[in-house]
Amino acid sequence: MTTKSQALLNWIDERFPLTATWKAHLSEYYAPKNFNFWYFFGSLALLVLVIQIVTGIFLVMHYKPDGTLNDAGISIAFASVEYIMREVPGGWLIRYLHSTGASAFFVVVYLHMFRGLLYGSYRKPRELLWILGTLIFLVLMAEAFMGYLLPWGQMSYWGAQVIINLFSAIPFIGPDLALIIRGDFVVSDATLNRFFSLHVIAVPLVLIALVFAHIVALHEVGSNNPDGVEIKKKKDANGIPLDGIPFHPYYTVKDIVGVVGFLFFFSAVVFFAPEFGGYFLEYNNFIPADPLKTPPHIAPVWYFTPFYSVLRAVTYPLFGIDAKFWGVVAMGASVVIIAFLPWLDRSPVKSIRYRGPIFKAALVIFVISFFVLGYLGVLAPTPGRTLAAQIFSVLYFAFFLLMPWYSKIDKCKPEPERVNFK
Amino acid sequence: MDSSRRTLLVATSAAGGVAAVATAVPFVASLTPSERAKAAGAPVEVDISQLAPGEMMTVEWRGKPVWILRRTPEMLATLEVTESRVSDPDSREPMQPEYARNKYRSIKPEYLVVVGICTHLGCSPTDKFRPGVESGLGADWPGGFLCPCHGSFFDLSARVYRSMPAPTNLEVPPHMYLTETTLLVGEDGKA
Repeated sequence: MTTKSQALLNWIDERFPLTATWKAHLSEYYAPKNFNFWYFFGSLALLVLVIQIVTGIFLVMHYKPDGTLNDAGISIAFASVEYIMREVPGGWLIRYLHSTGASAFFVVVYLHMFRGLLYGSYRKPRELLWILGTLIFLVLMAEAFMGYLLPWGQMSYWGAQVIINLFSAIPFIGPDLALIIRGDFVVSDATLNRFFSLHVIAVPLVLIALVFAHIVALHEVGSNNPDGVEIKKKKDANGIPLDGIPFHPYYTVKDIVGVVGFLFFFSAVVFFAPEFGGYFLEYNNFIPADPLKTPPHIAPVWYFTPFYSVLRAVTYPLFGIDAKFWGVVAMGASVVIIAFLPWLDRSPVKSIRYRGPIFKAALVIFVISFFVLGYLGVLAPTPGRTLAAQIFSVLYFAFFLLMPWYSKIDKCKPEPERVNFK
Repeated sequence: MDSSRRTLLVATSAAGGVAAVATAVPFVASLTPSERAKAAGAPVEVDISQLAPGEMMTVEWRGKPVWILRRTPEMLATLEVTESRVSDPDSREPMQPEYARNKYRSIKPEYLVVVGICTHLGCSPTDKFRPGVESGLGADWPGGFLCPCHGSFFDLSARVYRSMPAPTNLEVPPHMYLTETTLLVGEDGKA
């Protein structure tokens, strides 16, 4: 470095901890050397967040959150999305990046969470990190739900109608709460405008703050790794973990490989299958919202369907309160229970590599349950499907609620002293 | 520690907290329906004293047509016939308030109050009250409604026949009787 640029850096460092921050979080932040591909998904989630923010900023320049009808009898919001798709130069690409980005966000986050399950990343001392992650997931679902209303298509409208009506099932405060969410007696222009405000300002601010806290917490405790052993236990004379390597350049470079791989798949979807067979953009959403026409089958977008299945699985009223309310409770619980994993898991080891057969079987059943619930959530309910949803909902909850027992009695292999690295 | 200062500190913080909560009131209030929304969604008072047995009238509530049908004893009798032909005879689907969850789908058997919009694709069904061949729907037609768009049949309780395009019965809006002959559509004093 030349003396002049060194002098400039010194000038800044005396006023702002630039070099210290760079060192603490990148060049001297030591991450375990045995990361595998599962460790791409955290940085990929960050990448998708950036994609969503940038494309979102550009979409807002052309989109109009207006539920009133234009001269052609089409709502202005719906027409403005079509305007973006057909007449704004490059608008179709920005919009498809944003809509595909929404689904990609959930793909990446689900894989990121599954990585945590595989390697016990939620265990002590990473409990707060895990709770912050669960909060991010919750906020992300709110963000996606509100964003889905904006194109003001039939699925936007009726999906919101169904979900907001769930709140009215809450005893005593329900009907008034639903009224406050909608700002009207039906989903209307008032609802569209407040969802727009929350989707582009309030929720992203909360999301970014939580992501920031998630990373701060991560850098405080350090990353877990595929072996689930703490690298901080074995340090060299300088206090650097023996199995740690600086995040930059080692993992920045590795993550770029992950980014390139991800962008291959992402671009393929954006350019060749942006609707993804009706799963990323539902066909009924190409019909303008019509409060007078109920679509025969209202299905949420794929990333909500496992939880939607849990909701529909509850068909019995309890304590004199409607089954719908308990469905809402069960759906909420199916998400919130994830946050309790650090205290439900009593295994002596963290990583799947040293876990016994019971946990492995439980995890397989859990993943199958999640997929089956997801599949059932797309379909219209029939008595047979409802029964299946009930069985798999029980299995879903059993994975969590029985964990204190089965994780304890499982025959685990001994953990190694240091990480495996070939 | 100066405890008198501490007390002052707590008192000031409490006052500040009250102010902060009070500030939230107008923000939450702004989320409730605006005056315009309230006006548009207001309940509709209907005088049904002039409605003769067998006649139907239509009023508008929140932009939707609401039918009020005064059913004759003969019309009510047809509900026994259609019981086995409709897909949801006991009104299990939540398409009506709790008090209309019966065979008649109404508070008083005589008066049926429903939103006249087909649950399939939102067309407005037409009334086919006349039973038999005259209706053009076959000799065994007991009287009911037919949606002209895709042919969904409904009986005189607005229950949909089995295997029809419409997935559910027609919606019964919240309603209540103010007097014997005045109906309030849109409010039932329960919410």
